[in-house]
Order: sequence, then C-alpha cells, then structure tokens
Amino acid sequence: MRNIRWIAIIPFLALIIGPFFVNRVDPLILGLPFLLAWIVVWILITSLIMAVIYAADPANRGNES
Amino acid sequence: MNGALPFIAAAALLALALGFLARRGKDMSLEQWTVGGRGFGAIFVFLLLAGEIYTTFTFLGGSGYAYGKGAPAYYILSYGTLAYVLSYFMLPPIWRYAKEHRLYSQSDFFVRKYDSPTLGVIVAIVDIAALIPYLVLQFKGLGIIVEVAGYGAISSTVAIWTGAIVVAAYVMVSGVHGSAWTAVAKDLLILIVVIFLGMYLPHHYYGGLASMFSAIEQAKPGFTVLPPHGESLWWFSSTVLLTALGFYMWPHSFGSIYTARSARVIRKNAIVLPLYQLILLFVFFVGFAAILQVPGLSGPNIDLALFKLSVKTFDPWFVGVIGATGVLTALVPGSMILMTAATLIANNLYRALDPSADDRRVSLMARLLVPVVALVAVLFTLKGGETIVALLLMGYSLVTQLFPSLVLSLAQRNIATREGAVAGIVAGVATVAVVSLTGANFHKLPWLPPEIQDLNIGIVALILNFIVLIVVSAVTRQAAEPARVAAE
Repeated sequence: MRNIRWIAIIPFLALIIGPFFVNRVDPLILGLPFLLAWIVVWILITSLIMAVIYAADPANRGNES
Repeated sequence: MNGALPFIAAAALLALALGFLARRGKDMSLEQWTVGGRGFGAIFVFLLLAGEIYTTFTFLGGSGYAYGKGAPAYYILSYGTLAYVLSYFMLPPIWRYAKEHRLYSQSDFFVRKYDSPTLGVIVAIVDIAALIPYLVLQFKGLGIIVEVAGYGAISSTVAIWTGAIVVAAYVMVSGVHGSAWTAVAKDLLILIVVIFLGMYLPHHYYGGLASMFSAIEQAKPGFTVLPPHGESLWWFSSTVLLTALGFYMWPHSFGSIYTARSARVIRKNAIVLPLYQLILLFVFFVGFAAILQVPGLSGPNIDLALFKLSVKTFDPWFVGVIGATGVLTALVPGSMILMTAATLIANNLYRALDPSADDRRVSLMARLLVPVVALVAVLFTLKGGETIVALLLMGYSLVTQLFPSLVLSLAQRNIATREGAVAGIVAGVATVAVVSLTGANFHKLPWLPPEIQDLNIGIVALILNFIVLIVVSAVTRQAAEPARVAAE
C-alpha cells in the first residue's frame, strides 16, 4: 500500500505538462475557458488524490506520536 | 465622512482587539511568541498556511493580473496546488526535526542540519532580504485599498502609518497568537466577500460566466488562453514548477509549520488546502468581469481593477466592507512577516554575534525589533521607488534557492556537505541578484529557440545552485575522507 503515494506525481503531470495539450478556449466547460476548466478540475482531483494517500498512509493510523 | 469609512476603521480596530486578546492566558516566552508553543491544531495551522495565499497580492494582484494579462494569471492556482502536494511529504519531517531540536526559525533548521552557524547567518540574510520587500508590498497594498475604498477621505500615507502601528503593536504583544486570531476574522470575511463578488459581478454585467467569457473572447481573442510568445506555455510551466518548489521556502510559511501540534495536522491540511485555493478562481472572475466594464487601466494600475469595479457597482457601505477585507489581507500576512523578520534578526543574527544570549534576552530583543522592522518597511513604502519592485521580484527567486540544500538534508544520508550547501545557495542567490538587477533574460539571446527564451529565468539560478552544490559537496567530502580515516 505504501506505493500508492506515487499517485502524487499525477497532479504534477496534469498541471505542468497538461496545459500543452489543452491550451484552448472552446469548448467552455461550466462557462469556463477550457484551459481554466482543466486546471480547476485537476485541483479537485488533486484534493481527492491527497485524501487517498492520507487514508492509505499508516502514519495516520492509531495513536499520534 | 462617507459610508465606507466606519467599516474600514472597524477592520483596523477588530484586528487590534483580536491581536491583543490572543495573548490571554499565555506566558509569552520565545516558544509561545514565535511558534505558538507548538500547540496549534488543524484550524490555526490551516489559517496560517492559507493566510499566505490571501495577501493583498492575491486580492489586488490576482484580480489585476486576470484583468491585465488574462490566462497567465492561472499559474497562481496551479503552483499553490502542487506546493500542497509536496507539503504532505516534505513538511512532516521538517516539523518533527524542529520539534526535537526546539527550533524557532528557518535559519535554525539549516544551522542544525549542517552544523554550521555561518550557513545560518547566510540563510537569515537571504530571508530578510526577501521578507522586507514582501512587507513593503503589503503596506503599499494597504495604502491603495484604504485610499480607493475610502473614496479618498484617508490618504494612503495615513493608512500606511496607522496599519503599521496597529500590526506592530499586536505582534509585539501576542506574536504568532495574534496572527492566528486575526487570521480567523480575515479568512471568514474574505471567503464571503470574494465568493459573493465572483458570483455577482459576472451575472450582473454579463448574465453569467459563459456569456462573460464569450464577450471577452469577442473583444480580445485568445485572452483567456496562454499566448504563443512571452507568457507562453513554456513560461507557464516553468513558473508553476519554480514557484511550487519555492512556496514553503518563505521563512514565514516555513515557520508556521513549527506551530503545528502534530504531523497529522499538516498532512490533513494537504487535502483541504487545494480546495481552499479555488477561492482564487472567484478573484479571477472579478478581474475578468472588470475587463469590459472599467477598461483602460494599464501598468501598475491594473491592480485597481477590483476596487474600480466595486466602486462603480456598489453603495459606499459595501465598498467599505470590501475595503475592510482588504485591510485584513494586508495586516495578517504583514504580522507573520514582521514577526518572522524580527525573530530572524534576534535569534539568528544577534545571537550569532553573542552566543551567550539566553532565550529571554533573544525574546525581548525580537519584540523590540518589531517596531524597528515596521518602521524600515514604512520608510521603504513611502520613499522607495522602482528598486523595491525589483527587490520584490527577486524575493521569490531568492527563497527558492534554499530548496536544494533543504530537501537533500531531509534524506537519511545527506549528500550535500556544509560547504556544498553554502556554495550552492551563494551561487543561486548571486545569479538571481545579477539577473534581477541587470534585467537580463533569455529574450536577449535571440539565437536561443523561442521555447527556451520564454522559460522563467529563475530556473537557471536553481540549476546552477544545484550543480555547484553537488560539485562542491563531492570535492569537500573527498577532501574530508582521508582526514577521517587518519583520525580513526
């Protein structure tokens, strides 16, 4: 389960490399230009990813040191 | 007297009152004053860390950037998010080490890890050189906000002096407790005000987000995507990466890690902070809404977009509420910066000169330095010209130079030596200084491919820093090796 922490790399790929493929206005998503919508969606996914890592991390279980 | 002034005055009084009350029931040792006795739970740590996102820079600058430059502003959303991902892994070991060794400042961390007081002094100087312009920016923002939101009834000079006195007073009394308590008021207010503005203004003027962005696309095609040259994709990605690495290298952010009660508090925050960051989206909406409603602002005046549009749209009392929010966005980060700078001078410069000084003396010294630092910042704010802007642009690149030797020091076996760390930081900082002061950039080298020309030049300093660090570390370790063998 410790390997699951590697999914933390995904937000970096999405937000640093990703824009090269989505730098356009249309289609508007929920009224946002596509590039902005891409970033917003990835921020939401990033929060989820961190929640998964948190839940899987044994350091967050049991009594706190 | 106009309808806005009571609200602006109330914000200053509220900050003062909360700042003083925060002291109650604490004996203000250095440990309490500067790191809150290392007892803050998730909410306070969250607000201190989030406090750094919502400064006057984001309030005025975030909307101004969207107004003046469009899509490049999105980078502010991206880099914070990536910094929080890093924080999950990077901050807990820093926190643990700081607690074990009872550290007070970022400079202390380097002193301990590399067993080098010299490195501590260098880090402290880099920190202070980056912090003072940052404080000046908060004061400058405060002056603008009060002058515009108060419909000119209070001059920015009066506002800056008043703000500086308020913040210095409560920092002296309550230290980081004052910052945390005022941060509660600030974040509540900014949450309500910014979300309201970001939803209301696009609706009021355009009938919705989609029609607003379509109207902008009609008037300024390509404004909401990254341009092919200049602040292009290459600029965007290199800047996001660079600033994400530098985010927690700011000494006041670094210091707020120390206030946490447990490492879990920090990890939990890594889940919530990206979401909280999305409030910036509403700040951008305000800037975008202003493009076609208050056109014609240019140069430094783009930062006025939010207030110009507010003054045009709302009654004075509500402009006063927005102004009050703006005042708090200046005071809270200002208080963190002020406290951090005073702690660095007392704990890492003064104590380095006089190692016999005990915690009590350093604590007293730090508090006495608070008004001095505030005064220096006010004078820079009122007198400083362009040099301050140059210094400020340098600030982020300066603190980012601490990243390589910091991260390497977290490894089980640190490949960086003391000499390597010093040489790397000095090389990086010198590069930043030369580049900033001469205005050099890749665009002056026309033979480079355009992609490379658009890269953030801070990357060069960071790479140079890293190479020097590795080379010097390798050399000094080899030189030390035979000596160690001989000693055995």
